[in-house]
Amino acid sequence: MKKIQALVTKELGSYFISPVAYVIIFIFLGVSGFLFFQILSYFNLQSIQMMRYPGLLDRLNLNDMVLFPFFHNVVVFFTFLIPVLTMRLLSEEKKLGTGELLFTSPITTTEVVLGKFFAAAAVILVMLLFSFVYPLMILIFGNPDVGPIFTAYLGLFLLGSAAASLGILMSSLTENQVIAVISAWGVLIFLLIIGWAAQSVGPTFGAVLQHLSILEHFQSFSKGIIELKGVVFYLSFIFFTLFLTQRVLDSQSWR
Amino acid sequence: MIEVENLTKRYGNILAVDRVSFRIESGEIVGFLGPNGAGKTTTMRILTGFIPPTTGRAIVADFDVMEKPLEVKRRIGYLPEHPPVYNDMLVSPYLDFVARLKEVDSRERPQEVRRVMDLCGLTEVQNRLIGNLSRGFRQRVGLAQALLGDPEILVLDEPTIGLDPRQIVEIRELIKNLRADHTIILSSHILPEVEMICSRVIIIHEGKIVAEDQTAHLQSTLRNSDRLFVQVGQAGPEALESIRRVPGVISVLPEEKVPGGYRVELEREGQKIREDVARAIVTGGFGLRELKPVGMSLEEVFVQLTTVEGANPEEGGKIS
Repeated sequence: MKKIQALVTKELGSYFISPVAYVIIFIFLGVSGFLFFQILSYFNLQSIQMMRYPGLLDRLNLNDMVLFPFFHNVVVFFTFLIPVLTMRLLSEEKKLGTGELLFTSPITTTEVVLGKFFAAAAVILVMLLFSFVYPLMILIFGNPDVGPIFTAYLGLFLLGSAAASLGILMSSLTENQVIAVISAWGVLIFLLIIGWAAQSVGPTFGAVLQHLSILEHFQSFSKGIIELKGVVFYLSFIFFTLFLTQRVLDSQSWR
Repeated sequence: MIEVENLTKRYGNILAVDRVSFRIESGEIVGFLGPNGAGKTTTMRILTGFIPPTTGRAIVADFDVMEKPLEVKRRIGYLPEHPPVYNDMLVSPYLDFVARLKEVDSRERPQEVRRVMDLCGLTEVQNRLIGNLSRGFRQRVGLAQALLGDPEILVLDEPTIGLDPRQIVEIRELIKNLRADHTIILSSHILPEVEMICSRVIIIHEGKIVAEDQTAHLQSTLRNSDRLFVQVGQAGPEALESIRRVPGVISVLPEEKVPGGYRVELEREGQKIREDVARAIVTGGFGLRELKPVGMSLEEVFVQLTTVEGANPEEGGKIS
């Protein structure tokens, strides 16, 4: 446990000493800020138009018309930023030869994988924490339902962690960071669109594909529902990919 | 103590290490000598548990590397071929990180980091980014990392590579001083270096051990002849002839690059013959300018070893 902690501290240091984390967080905040601004000004426009029909004002709802579309739009971009964060975690160890230190130290591959994963998860947490300024503005100047905001953040964190574990798995397979990030994107896109095939393969198999879709489970989180199947899906996805990563690291020394 | 039995490592079709067996007692400093690609690094990687052998067994500090890798790793300090340093870390936080990986007690950690920085002369650069350090300093950071936690066994892959001459002397001194309570295995392709530091040498060539001996014996046993370099003022056939006539001289060849230089091959134990050569030149009036014994380079050792092996296959090249 102490060694995992040492690894997490070291990785966080690398993230924040080098510009990597700053650049990624900056870009994430910039893009999500732009989206937030667009959605909010559209909402304003609609509010002004609705003034003419006082009966319809009840239908104006900050949760449904601002926050839900905001999370909905941000989530894809967010998911695709995560592999950029994780691409160097294991491939760089291999490339620089520092893996030779790591894997001749009294630390198990499981501890290595967990250390790397927790470091990435911590950066994701920081990223999400900063992005909270946008919902915070709504909270200050409006009175939305608070629950869905928090479930959406829980969903974003789980989804981000799942993407991170996938990124770490891809990073363990190659010493080339570009290959690591591109292949993680490939798998993510596949997991995003796999649900589309659901209509054409029949109801039973279609439901399976629907459940495999990584974004599908986020929908209920953004609506304010914490669904057990969603939580289980993300946690088991993380467990499975990290387990594969550990097997990859163990097997690499056998070649 | 390190014990290796029939260690073999294959990378696909390439046989990197071929049935290597040796034993190193506690407190010994053993040098692995061999040209690039001889299998030194592979052997060291197997000993440190970085890669497993294809077949064979390695026991380090009473633990089998394959069965109890963590126990072995706790007792080993390893400096790989390329110093395993993170370019985006400062020197002292890096050493602190490695100390944590190596389970150095948290109360002793600052002290331990300071100790290895002092030993390796890193105190002045402790707050610099490793990526900005010169090759020599990076090498020393790598060495410092291996010394953390004072492991009983040190595996050093080319510890003096990339250092300037003064640092080389310092690091050699440092390694010699560690001798008392450590078992050290180091690799090198510089023969004099191994002679200076190690008590025993294992010579590896193409994955096989071709010779294994106490350092002191090595050169003399390898050498069937002594060699001199002679430079005279008045070179010519007469000078060459008068040197050749000295009893004990096997051959004399003019050195092409040096005017008046000769390469003289003597019979073994040629102290007396050396005097005779000098006298012959002086009495002949050829003007003796220089006379020095020529040591054997590693390349020559290898030529020698491989030819010895070829000539006497039953001896298997083992010289003792």
